[in-house]
Amino acid sequence: MNAPKLVISNLAKTFRGDRGDVVALSGVDLTLGENEFVSLVGTSGCGKSTLLSIVAGLESHDAGTVTIEGKPIGGPGLDRGVVFQSYTLLPWLTTLGNVEFALLAAGKSRKEARDIARSHLSLVGLDGFADAFPSELSGGMKQRVAIARALSYRPNMLLMDEPFGALDALTRHHMQELLARIWEQHRLTVLFVTHDVEEAVYMSDRVAVMSNRPGRIKRIIDIDLPRPRTYEMMGSLEFTKLQREVLAEIRAESIAIAALGDALA
Amino acid sequence: MPGEPRQPRTPPARVSSGLFSLTASVGSRQFITIAVLVFFVLGLAWWLVTKAGWVTPLFLPPPEKVLARLQELAVSGKLLDDMLISIYRISLGFLISTAFALPIGILIGSYRAWEAMIEPLVDFIRYMPVVAFVPLTILWTGTGDAQKFLIIFIGTFFQQVLLVMDNVKSVPRDFINLGRTLQMPESRILARIILPSAMPGIWDSMRISLGWAWTWLVVAELVAATSGLGYRITTAQRFFQTDTIFGYLLLLGVLGLATDQAMKWGSRKLFRYLRQSR
Repeated sequence: MNAPKLVISNLAKTFRGDRGDVVALSGVDLTLGENEFVSLVGTSGCGKSTLLSIVAGLESHDAGTVTIEGKPIGGPGLDRGVVFQSYTLLPWLTTLGNVEFALLAAGKSRKEARDIARSHLSLVGLDGFADAFPSELSGGMKQRVAIARALSYRPNMLLMDEPFGALDALTRHHMQELLARIWEQHRLTVLFVTHDVEEAVYMSDRVAVMSNRPGRIKRIIDIDLPRPRTYEMMGSLEFTKLQREVLAEIRAESIAIAALGDALA
Repeated sequence: MPGEPRQPRTPPARVSSGLFSLTASVGSRQFITIAVLVFFVLGLAWWLVTKAGWVTPLFLPPPEKVLARLQELAVSGKLLDDMLISIYRISLGFLISTAFALPIGILIGSYRAWEAMIEPLVDFIRYMPVVAFVPLTILWTGTGDAQKFLIIFIGTFFQQVLLVMDNVKSVPRDFINLGRTLQMPESRILARIILPSAMPGIWDSMRISLGWAWTWLVVAELVAATSGLGYRITTAQRFFQTDTIFGYLLLLGVLGLATDQAMKWGSRKLFRYLRQSR
């Protein structure tokens, strides 16, 4: 692992509600190296998205620390780009306008913002759609704009919360290939939340499997597949073996949570 | 003949049949035709009922008599005067109400603490019947235009505030989070994300509340006024001029329909980006 970029240690989070408290995370330890791609997988409700929100600075935590390059995080920041599952494109702005919006917020001049936005749209293959409104785009296109937007202001870390979860299987594969290619060319630290095991193995340097609630990191599996990753690799024996390994870890958790222990024994 | 494939005899499957099935699409031309047809049929029924002498003309005057009366009032200039003064009153009254409702609605829709301070109070006043305020408003402001503005305000503002609050609350949480991850200050998130995001909904709320404002205007004019559409209806009532009353009711309907269509047209122009074209 390279020099540690993001260090999460002994993190705990409890949601307090009228119907009692829910311990979402407890004793989470995870370290991401510089320019490392790490996926976070686990059953639904295990707290993986909560963990990502905490790292993004959008959610508070009760105990433990989160540091980036040694400094504890204090709220959200432009050093971390976030891609949400729900695209979050502003409907009244064009594709170009949406990317510019982030750049202007980051303090770029209008001229700079326009140029950078254009180059990032072309990075995700949407040159021809600069003037289209989000309502005119497909789900995959919307998410490409969101990725362009998150990369445009040069954060040194990308946080992605099930970014391809709402896409159909084919589009999802295209998006995985696109993101892998962009990442291999312009490395940066990525924390990637997903429930798709194949996706996690395909994209990552390491896959962190979370336990059921209260979530903690149950096991970290190194993905020693060569780069650049190709679509053909998904059929390889090594790939399948790693995928099974991750799946076995999650399956144990999901059987427990679904109370299927006896039925599937 | 042997060896020749047999053609299937079943007709092609049809999912929806006719105009009156769920999710059937109706083109804009068809839509207008249907709408106009309904008006025409109702007008025809009205004419027939009065022609056949089934109702006393005092209760329901024939349409031609109502139209003749409207024409008479139009020629004398009374109709235009009544209409202009009423339109002036509703425009200003509605603007005043909206000017207060927008910022307060946005405030309580965005900040829970402000909501706790204002929302229950608004709800409390909202359930007081506006009509009961009429004598009070006359006592407070006399029978001039100020009293009309006040009645429109009482009848419209408290509804508008709640509608705007809901519009603002329906802004997706992720939009606000996007602003946060871009380190935008709260005031900018409010101005650049929440407000434009809630705008189409707010516009629609204004359209709906404008309809209510018309009602309150006429109520105010019926009770105490020396001019306006409501005033004319009251004087007509004193002389049993039901044709005038019907004429003005029709006029009010037309004015309401026209403003509503204008607001809808404005919405299509302003929020063109919402329409899916692919």
